[in-house]
Amino acid sequence: MGPELRSWKEPHRLVLLAIAIGIVVFAALTMRWDWLPRYSGKLVSGVGTTLWLLFLTSILGFLLAVPLGLAQAAGPFWLSGPARAFCTVIRGTPLLLQLWLLYYGLGSLFAYWPEIRQSWAWPYLRSAWPYGVLALTMSFAGYEGEVMRGAFAGVPKGELEAARAYGMSPLTAFRRIWLPRAIHRALPTLAGETVLQLKATPLVATITVVDVYAIISRVRQDTYLTYEPLLLLALIYMMLTGVLVVAFRWLEAKVPVKSS
Amino acid sequence: MLDWISGFAAWELLALQPPGWGGVLLAGLAVSLQVAVGGYMLGFLIGICGATGKLYGGPILRDVLDVYTTLVRAVPELVLILLLYYAGTDALNQIMILIGAERTDISGLAAGIFVIGVVQGAYQTEVLRGAFKAVPYGEIEAARAYGLSPFQVLRRITLPGMLPHAVPGLSNLWLIATKDTALLAVVGVAELTLVTRQAGGSTKHYFLFFFAAGLLYLMVTLLSNVVIRRVERHARRGMPAVR
Repeated sequence: MGPELRSWKEPHRLVLLAIAIGIVVFAALTMRWDWLPRYSGKLVSGVGTTLWLLFLTSILGFLLAVPLGLAQAAGPFWLSGPARAFCTVIRGTPLLLQLWLLYYGLGSLFAYWPEIRQSWAWPYLRSAWPYGVLALTMSFAGYEGEVMRGAFAGVPKGELEAARAYGMSPLTAFRRIWLPRAIHRALPTLAGETVLQLKATPLVATITVVDVYAIISRVRQDTYLTYEPLLLLALIYMMLTGVLVVAFRWLEAKVPVKSS
Repeated sequence: MLDWISGFAAWELLALQPPGWGGVLLAGLAVSLQVAVGGYMLGFLIGICGATGKLYGGPILRDVLDVYTTLVRAVPELVLILLLYYAGTDALNQIMILIGAERTDISGLAAGIFVIGVVQGAYQTEVLRGAFKAVPYGEIEAARAYGLSPFQVLRRITLPGMLPHAVPGLSNLWLIATKDTALLAVVGVAELTLVTRQAGGSTKHYFLFFFAAGLLYLMVTLLSNVVIRRVERHARRGMPAVR
């Protein structure tokens, strides 16, 4: 946003801006937006569900990515093998397929077990969102686990040796040196991964989780409009992406980085 | 209670002939691959034009391309696919009416290639722009000083020079393209993920079919990785090894 904003007063940019405003005004005047007030409450709660899914699965996924990366970077073969296989499978198959495998496949398997059907977990297992959370978490963990593997492997050996030389136990050295340095190295990828995660969340609407995408789908069914709801949806996601990018830029500015 | 184990092991459902669904799955895989290859190539075309436009175009062209790449990368692929699918087929029908022809039903395959291509184009523009910029300008100047024509400079200096920088990004985008084709299931293109769900729905053996489809996707990815490694080694010959 920096270089574009700095010079937005150039004449050709003013013309482009005028054209853009013209298109927006044209769309607002000639397209049908009368459904908007009726659904505004639902839309807000849909955005809430999307954000809730995004943050929960990103945080859980990152917590899972740390052991996955560590296992691949330094684990024995019986740990690094499964971790690498997990990352390969997650990264090698479409998220939509994983989601449907969990929801339809696992969901239909659970129904065969009377023990599960009578247990306290059944009301949760029968609803859709646990499968959505699980699939999105595993997806984030798979992609970020690969990043964390590189981050753990990239921490200079000398720093770890220095920690040992100061008498830190392996656990302390991991907690105080290795993990913080690895997370520091992985931070720049986190913004991009989170934006990708945001763009993956609408897939859960295909298994009946009611996020903002599902609300828009309902609007489309109710009003028989094609473009207006979808354009609004694109606008909502663009704004969410913009907020995420700005927030991460602010966060990264808080973390001191020694530029080489 | 052990029903689901026998259910999972109903391998005869994967047979290639009609009682089994194996042939249907493979046909779906073929559609997926066609959309991926077509969309990727269309995206490469857009990417080459977009990258040259961003680097050498006028200020207006550059801003318009910036808007294109930013918009496409900020909106979920699923939403873009819906928008472009409806907008693309609508626009084509309008044109058909304008030139006096009949309304036509656009095949899902063509629409899918168009949609994946437009999405891929935005990402490939950025990758190729970075790769073009990585070629040292001195090399291009030296080539010009030796009397090479602009086309020769492109063929002999710029393209081979940018290739090692473009291959990692481009191969990553190929893998993304193969997986993005699954999203076309939402608009009803009969690609692998959608036919898998249909197979699971009519036999109730969801787990078996999704597992089989997952293996097919994984095989595509792993085979691509083998090819990519070869291409990368070829593109990077004579360059220092990466860390």
